[in-house]
Amino acid sequence: MSEVLAAAPASKTSPKRPKRGSGKGDAVFALIAKGSGLLVLVLLGAIIVTLFVGGLPAFREFGANFLVNTDWDPPHDIYGGAVAIYGTLITSVIALVLSVPISFGIAIFLTELAPSWLRRPVGTAVELLAAVPSIIFGMWGFAVLVPFMATYVEPPLIDNFGDLPVIGDLFSGAPFGTGIFTASIVLAIMIIPFISATMRDVFLTVPAVYKESAYGLGSTTWEVMRSIVLPYTRVSVVGGVMLGLGRALGETMAVTFVIGNANRITPSLFGPGNTIASIVALVFPESPAGSLKLSSLLALGFILFVISFIVLALSRLLLRPGVRA
Amino acid sequence: MSASLAAPPSAASRDEDMARSLGRRRRVTDRVVRVLCWLAAGVGLFFLASILVTLVMLGYKGLSFGVFTHFTLPPGSGGGLLNAIVGSLIQTALGTLIGTPIGLMVGTYLSEYAAGSKLGDVIRFVSDILLSAPSILIGLFVYQILVNPFNGFSGWAGAVALAVIVIPIVVRTTEDMLRLIPTALREAAVALGAPKWKSIVFICYRAALDGIMTGVLLAVARIAGETAPLLFTSLGNLNWSLDMSRPMSSLPVTIYQYAGSAYEDWVQLAWVGALIITAGVLALNIVARVALRKRT
Repeated sequence: MSEVLAAAPASKTSPKRPKRGSGKGDAVFALIAKGSGLLVLVLLGAIIVTLFVGGLPAFREFGANFLVNTDWDPPHDIYGGAVAIYGTLITSVIALVLSVPISFGIAIFLTELAPSWLRRPVGTAVELLAAVPSIIFGMWGFAVLVPFMATYVEPPLIDNFGDLPVIGDLFSGAPFGTGIFTASIVLAIMIIPFISATMRDVFLTVPAVYKESAYGLGSTTWEVMRSIVLPYTRVSVVGGVMLGLGRALGETMAVTFVIGNANRITPSLFGPGNTIASIVALVFPESPAGSLKLSSLLALGFILFVISFIVLALSRLLLRPGVRA
Repeated sequence: MSASLAAPPSAASRDEDMARSLGRRRRVTDRVVRVLCWLAAGVGLFFLASILVTLVMLGYKGLSFGVFTHFTLPPGSGGGLLNAIVGSLIQTALGTLIGTPIGLMVGTYLSEYAAGSKLGDVIRFVSDILLSAPSILIGLFVYQILVNPFNGFSGWAGAVALAVIVIPIVVRTTEDMLRLIPTALREAAVALGAPKWKSIVFICYRAALDGIMTGVLLAVARIAGETAPLLFTSLGNLNWSLDMSRPMSSLPVTIYQYAGSAYEDWVQLAWVGALIITAGVLALNIVARVALRKRT
């Protein structure tokens, strides 16, 4: 088959071809296709370069200090990215810790446990969760989750753990409901569909014979998952988790509603903060074109792009078909 | 079994006890894990249900005909969302119209021209990265290339930002769908003397049409709810404007502005808008899924 297809373009130069013009059509079509493909590469390159060039004044002004400076001081025109970078990383990591076990459970449910009539509806429902626009998560988080956290979750945690040495700091502060932890929960809910869908898809690639052999030896469902399915799909599972991380890092609207918008690092999980995406969304309207402030936001955008690119690239490499533990 | 309990313990029965307790532990572990997995699925469904119930409860009471027939007005004067809805429709439509042909051609290149080539692998890889790249950065990018250097925020910039989001979605589904086309179809076209582009356009596209349309629908659903990229490009506009070269209203950005405001009727309208947009997006997703299911 491939020989036939490969031979087809060659025939356009064949002198025996009766029709005229079709060779030209082929060349033009191939050129448009290839050009569009190259456009995608140009697009990625342009995004990186644009953000970097936009952030250059801030990088020049603050140097490497931009990465570790926690000041965000518009009156003095001093901007540091550390708070936002910290907020981005900590919320994404907490979101992963919360969402990976749940996603794993959902994937097991969808591949091994659920009766077959239930698999499709539940699978579809989880996928629909991924389709809900990010701003809706933000509004829901603000209207439902924040009061719930402020009333039922944070006060008992602060009362019971706030006085403990070492970890007490994590549970200190006032229970406003907004803050790092609430943002992490919203992010966790948002990335569950991505991680669980990837896990389900890779679990389904495990040859049935392997699983049947284990069941035949008397293994329980959990033992099959732990000793057969998980080792077989380990690399792809990590890839799915990275995909979720990549999504969490750049999530904007949902976080903006619940993070609390404060430019300082607090040790408490319940303290307010900012992520790169949320500070860009919140500060942009008051950043005039050409200002150092706007340049700092673009610099943060560039940093976010680099982090996301690395995470997503890793995820793609791990999820490549044929990669196996 | 009761007889063996009464009898003096022998080595054999000790082993049996151990085996039994081990078996019990394995069974208990398995049961616990099963219960946790059911719970995990329940958690996922619970959040979806909670979001939908919240939207309906808070959005329903503000839903009226006026929402679709009135412009956004200052607080207290009973405005609607008409300009936001129209602005969203225009920008979504234009974003789709710009992004789809490009995505289609890239998908075609990957499936029909670049099989096994290095360049194809790189383009596929980059497209997949763009698929998950933070949409806020696409907004910043378009701000830098279209808004900042030219005459400011515009509906065009919003449409371009949305188009950039559309491209990788359409690339993905187009390539996947074209790969499903049996080679016999292509061979038949070649045997009849059709040039390659004709076999692609008139045979492969036609055979893969519903799959490709599914991808486009999913892309529309995705950009219809995008907020972050529009904040930096079309900005939002509380006045009625169909001028694409000026700031343009959109439903998500209006929701964002209204939800964060201090006026009760604006917040109410934000929930109505949220309900409208979620209903639309989920409906598109379900239609796309049903179409795809019929195919596979």
